[in-house]
Amino acid sequence: MNTLLSIRDLRVRFHNRARDAVSGISLDIGRGEIVGLVGESGSGKTVTAMSVAGLLPRKRCDCSGTILLEGTELLHADRRTLRGVQGRSIGVVFQDPLSCMDPLMKVGAQVEETLLLHTDYSKAERRRLALEALAAVELPDPERVYASWPHELSGGMRQRACIAAAVVIRPALLLLDEPTTALDVTVQAQILALLKKLNRESGISMLFISHNLGVVRKLCTRAAVMQEGVIVEDGDTERVFRHPVHPYTRRLIDAIPTRDGRRRSA
Amino acid sequence: MKRNYYLLAGLAITGVLSAVTLLGFFWTPYDSAAMSADKFLAPCPAHLFGTDNFGRDIFSRVMEGAGTSFLIALCTVAIGAAGGVLLGAVTGYFGGLADEILIRVGDALTAFPSILLALVVISLLGPGKPVNLILSLGLVFIPSFARVTRAAYAEAREVNYVKSVRLMGASHARVILVHILPNTLPVLLSALTIGFNNAVLAEASMSYLGIGVTPPDASLGYMLSEAQSVFGRAPWYALTTGGVMILFLFGVGLIGEGLRSREGDAL
Amino acid sequence: MKYVFRRLGALLLTMFLVSLCTFAAFSGISGSAAEARLGTQATPERVAALREELGLNRPFAVRYAEWLSGFATGNLGDSLTYRQNVGELLRDKVLVSLLLSAMSFALIVLCSIPLSLLVVRLTGGPLDAAHTLFNQFCMSVPPFFTGLLLSWVFGVSLHWFTPGAFPGLSRIGDALRFLLFPAVAIAIPRTAMTVRMLRGTLLRELNRDYVKTAISRGSDRDTVLRRHVLKNALTPTVAFLAQMMAEIVAGVIVVEQVFGIPGLGRMLVVSISNRDYPVVQAIVVILAFWVVASNTVADCINVRIDPRLALGDK
Repeated sequence: MNTLLSIRDLRVRFHNRARDAVSGISLDIGRGEIVGLVGESGSGKTVTAMSVAGLLPRKRCDCSGTILLEGTELLHADRRTLRGVQGRSIGVVFQDPLSCMDPLMKVGAQVEETLLLHTDYSKAERRRLALEALAAVELPDPERVYASWPHELSGGMRQRACIAAAVVIRPALLLLDEPTTALDVTVQAQILALLKKLNRESGISMLFISHNLGVVRKLCTRAAVMQEGVIVEDGDTERVFRHPVHPYTRRLIDAIPTRDGRRRSA
Repeated sequence: MKRNYYLLAGLAITGVLSAVTLLGFFWTPYDSAAMSADKFLAPCPAHLFGTDNFGRDIFSRVMEGAGTSFLIALCTVAIGAAGGVLLGAVTGYFGGLADEILIRVGDALTAFPSILLALVVISLLGPGKPVNLILSLGLVFIPSFARVTRAAYAEAREVNYVKSVRLMGASHARVILVHILPNTLPVLLSALTIGFNNAVLAEASMSYLGIGVTPPDASLGYMLSEAQSVFGRAPWYALTTGGVMILFLFGVGLIGEGLRSREGDAL
Repeated sequence: MKYVFRRLGALLLTMFLVSLCTFAAFSGISGSAAEARLGTQATPERVAALREELGLNRPFAVRYAEWLSGFATGNLGDSLTYRQNVGELLRDKVLVSLLLSAMSFALIVLCSIPLSLLVVRLTGGPLDAAHTLFNQFCMSVPPFFTGLLLSWVFGVSLHWFTPGAFPGLSRIGDALRFLLFPAVAIAIPRTAMTVRMLRGTLLRELNRDYVKTAISRGSDRDTVLRRHVLKNALTPTVAFLAQMMAEIVAGVIVVEQVFGIPGLGRMLVVSISNRDYPVVQAIVVILAFWVVASNTVADCINVRIDPRLALGDK
């Protein structure tokens, strides 16, 4: 398969911590693939995503290894190179859509922001693309959402708008950092369906970070399980679920409540 | 733990100045009121801060003037803090209509220049007496303390440990005094440093204007108004008097800065 | 728009209460002050005649209403010392004080914004502590002390202006040059306070999640600051600057005395010493109005910047 993103021996340590946040992981993401990165909080999954997105505070941590996106090295890239990739080739969706939107900027302007930063499109052109993106994330009445303030939308709508803002410029990779954790269960299912649709229709690759194995199983083609900064298991989602190799994976799977309320192992 | 240099520096400056000021209540190098033929002497070993137009030793006068200023500021803050904390604690803890009214009135009052309010109160009480000055300034400082305390208490009221203490049968008075008050101390201490500086400044301004402390008493503010008229002959008078005041305000300000940084407040 | 009307309503209500309290407080003592004026000649008949002359025998509500309407018509009664109508007495002085506080305000705004942007860059660096010390020092300098130094250095020594000889508003150029020095004296500690507040606000905003989002879209630091952070820092800043107006007025009252500027502050101080209560109460209400009005304007500006504010206020 054609590899889009390739992480090799990534190691990150924050200056004020004794232990590596991420200690030597390698992970590939192919084009059109949805990879789930699972682990409990503090396992290093978000730090991994932030390294890829170029959002690590470089002054406060040491990192080594390589991150290649379509042949460009990102981990040690200078700011200018990084800015050319951020937003353009990699879109990011964060956990809390409320705090991640600028409260004093209309939704439309925020959705258009990557177009403004990375393209020469005219104002009208940007608006057209933004409305298209808002429609693509299945927001009813895109025109109205475009002219709304963030506080006028519901949580689910905000997260859809954030996804629209990340994909409006059609990046190759979408990083999703626990995008459904802050949402209601029903809204969560809708967002997952939407992500699946976006992947099917536009072929965008995704790295989906979650602590919830059930969610990963619904969405991802491949799953990687992280524990204490190390990837302990990596493979096809179904294989990981049916035949977990690592004991930690097994424990995580056992922790998923089933419909009849019993644990799987019981 | 990182050393809190602001707090240490502030305590050092304030400590030295307070010690000298305190000494001034019992002993000064010269009689601060004694006039002599040595007019307009520049600072020298015999007269550290020089002498003024009556040949009085400025260092002795500054020691006494600082004493007056800081005593007035202390009394002012004591009245303001006692009144404000009591008012803020009760209204913040119980809430309700009194709380609403206090917030509104407090908002309106803190929007006013404190000097203007103090001038109004003192013109009602009659200017020129130190007691009236202390009373007027003290009254003016109540709202700001009430505001800070009220906020802390209103927040504490909702916290679970306070609720559980109440359920265990503690009386309201006990909850207010024993359980919540200690938790408001950091905020209160910082408010005290700010309030103290404001009080020193307000007293100095009013005495400078001739409405606060008047002769024969002397405070730093009144001395500065004297110093202004002889600035051409004795610039050291204004510079030393003002310098001592600025240094003191600076020291107390640093203590406040240190207290806040210890609280981990980035501000 | 509805919000603006509500704010205006609140402004009028506040001013009504302020003026009522002021008038009530001073009318209580102005009678005895008038009697004190008669001194040893205070026979009961003379006191009664004086009270009649000052209109103190009429009902409180009538006197209050008359006085309040005086702010519109300019007839605020006569000064006890100057035997002149208070409105006429104060007209020019209001403008002088307004001009001085407006200049101080402009200085504060013009200096503190670039300074705080600079200071935010220093944060965490070796100069951070130096800035904190310098800032704390500037906050400790009382305006009347700075004023005293400025008037001697630039007035008496360099003859750039003559302290005590305010050229008057008809020579506006000279007047502005004169007022620049007191404005600087007022502005120094206030600018330090504003820089400190702005630094805190900017640092807090720079730590918010939306900044992370903007960077993840490829914005550089300056773009984030310009496009997102400054606007978000604006509402607390506007509110703070409006509160600063009270501090400026406090500075004006004192500094007018230092430079010998014939404004409201100086008049207030003189009138308090003279127990000239008609003048005192008029000045108090005028200064209070100036402060409350600035706060109202700030609220109205803020609700245009941040539409959420109109919701929070029911």
